[in-house]
Amino acid sequence: MYSCADLKKGLKLMVEGEPHVIVQFDFTKPGKGQALYKCKLRNMITGSLFDRTYRSGESFEPASLEDRDMQYLYQDETGYVFMDNKTYDQVTLEEATLGDDKYFLIDNMEVKILLFNERGIGISLPNFVNLRVTEADPWVKGDTAAGNNKPATVETGYTLQVPSFVENGELIQIDTRTGEYVTRVKE
Amino acid sequence: MMDGNWALARRRPTLIHRARIVQTIRAFFVAQQFLEIETPHLLPGNAPERYIDPVAAGKGFLQTSPELCMKRLLAAGYPLLFQLCRCWREGERGRRHLPEYTMLEWYRLDADYQALMEDCEALISELCSSDTLCYQNTTIDLRRPWPRLTVAEAFTRYASLPLATALAEERFDEIMALEVEPQFDPTRPLFLVDYPVEHAALARPKSSDPSVAERFELYLGGLELANAFSELTDPIEQRQRFIADESARHSDGKAPTPLPEKFLSELATLKRAAGIALGVDRLVMLLTDSATIDEVVAFSPDDL
Repeated sequence: MYSCADLKKGLKLMVEGEPHVIVQFDFTKPGKGQALYKCKLRNMITGSLFDRTYRSGESFEPASLEDRDMQYLYQDETGYVFMDNKTYDQVTLEEATLGDDKYFLIDNMEVKILLFNERGIGISLPNFVNLRVTEADPWVKGDTAAGNNKPATVETGYTLQVPSFVENGELIQIDTRTGEYVTRVKE
Repeated sequence: MMDGNWALARRRPTLIHRARIVQTIRAFFVAQQFLEIETPHLLPGNAPERYIDPVAAGKGFLQTSPELCMKRLLAAGYPLLFQLCRCWREGERGRRHLPEYTMLEWYRLDADYQALMEDCEALISELCSSDTLCYQNTTIDLRRPWPRLTVAEAFTRYASLPLATALAEERFDEIMALEVEPQFDPTRPLFLVDYPVEHAALARPKSSDPSVAERFELYLGGLELANAFSELTDPIEQRQRFIADESARHSDGKAPTPLPEKFLSELATLKRAAGIALGVDRLVMLLTDSATIDEVVAFSPDDL
């Protein structure tokens, strides 16, 4: 069982018999008062969102999901198709289920697909993915201040903030959990 | 070759601003003859509070606030004191909470909580270059005096149930956080004053109405920035409150805290006094227009 101290963004738990994931989380504590744990939960089957506030002392059942290693094959009109390389079972995830994770998928990428009663309801990507910058303003000579940033777009269409020295065509590492730039990758 | 840690590098402007804010706070109090004090971070015990959990360290606990030591100094006759220090609170982690954070406390002998409200107005005006402060796209009007609102009036205006019911059902904190606080005028600072005596902690009951305590919280930009009291100086009542809190902690299944006996015995020599604790990280959030507390520290717990 989880306690309130375990609650955080991304945690998967059972609510009224169905798996839910916490998509937004905030800890709040008025004055010298009791802590409140404000969660926005997404039903992993229906996709519906709702808010719920928990108080310290409550406990939660972990979501009973199967995590299966699969490979990303391709995208078609039904969604994103993955295959289990041992059994050749295929699973399709809808675009809405993937959310921003769709920007971090590369052909043949090894991922974990979450299954609930044999149905694909979610994905766990590798923590880091390398993607090529396809659109970025050129580096202005003289702008050497560490910490300066600018927007850049990568090959999958995802746009993020990168340091000003990152140039078009370079390969960068992105943290798929936060969607943020980590470092340049030397080839 | 690796690039430097960019997440750290990009915090630099905020950390430079933070250092200036801390220097201004120090200068503000020194100029008014406040004495800067350091007290031990490692204590045999903190003041027992039902909903504040200390971090255990060695044979004792890290401080959740320097209040007990500061009040002992007041009781020994120090008239004006301030401290900038680290405090630790177990399990407090969120957009506006760090389990280790920086606290500013200041104390005035022969004063009550009204004087501390004026100090807050003066300190924050000193830190802002104009009469307005822009935080997360809301412009806050800082012209003094700042509005004062009693807890009773706030419940009448904003809560779905009467204050007495919220207290009886132990839903005071929940109603405060979910119904009352979100309705405060975001364009003005607010002193929320006169807490029910059940939520007084170390505050003195109001002489004109002993059902409330002379305690206030300062709200600015939707952030709860400071908590202040006219200090309770009655050692018998203070002991009873500690015992009540300790027994509530016990029934919540929490580790026991030793009663601060030296504090309780010296409290008898304390005359009229008032003290306040202000969250420095949140103040820096406001002044640097940062949405989260992680953005205003060099390292959050997740960066370690």
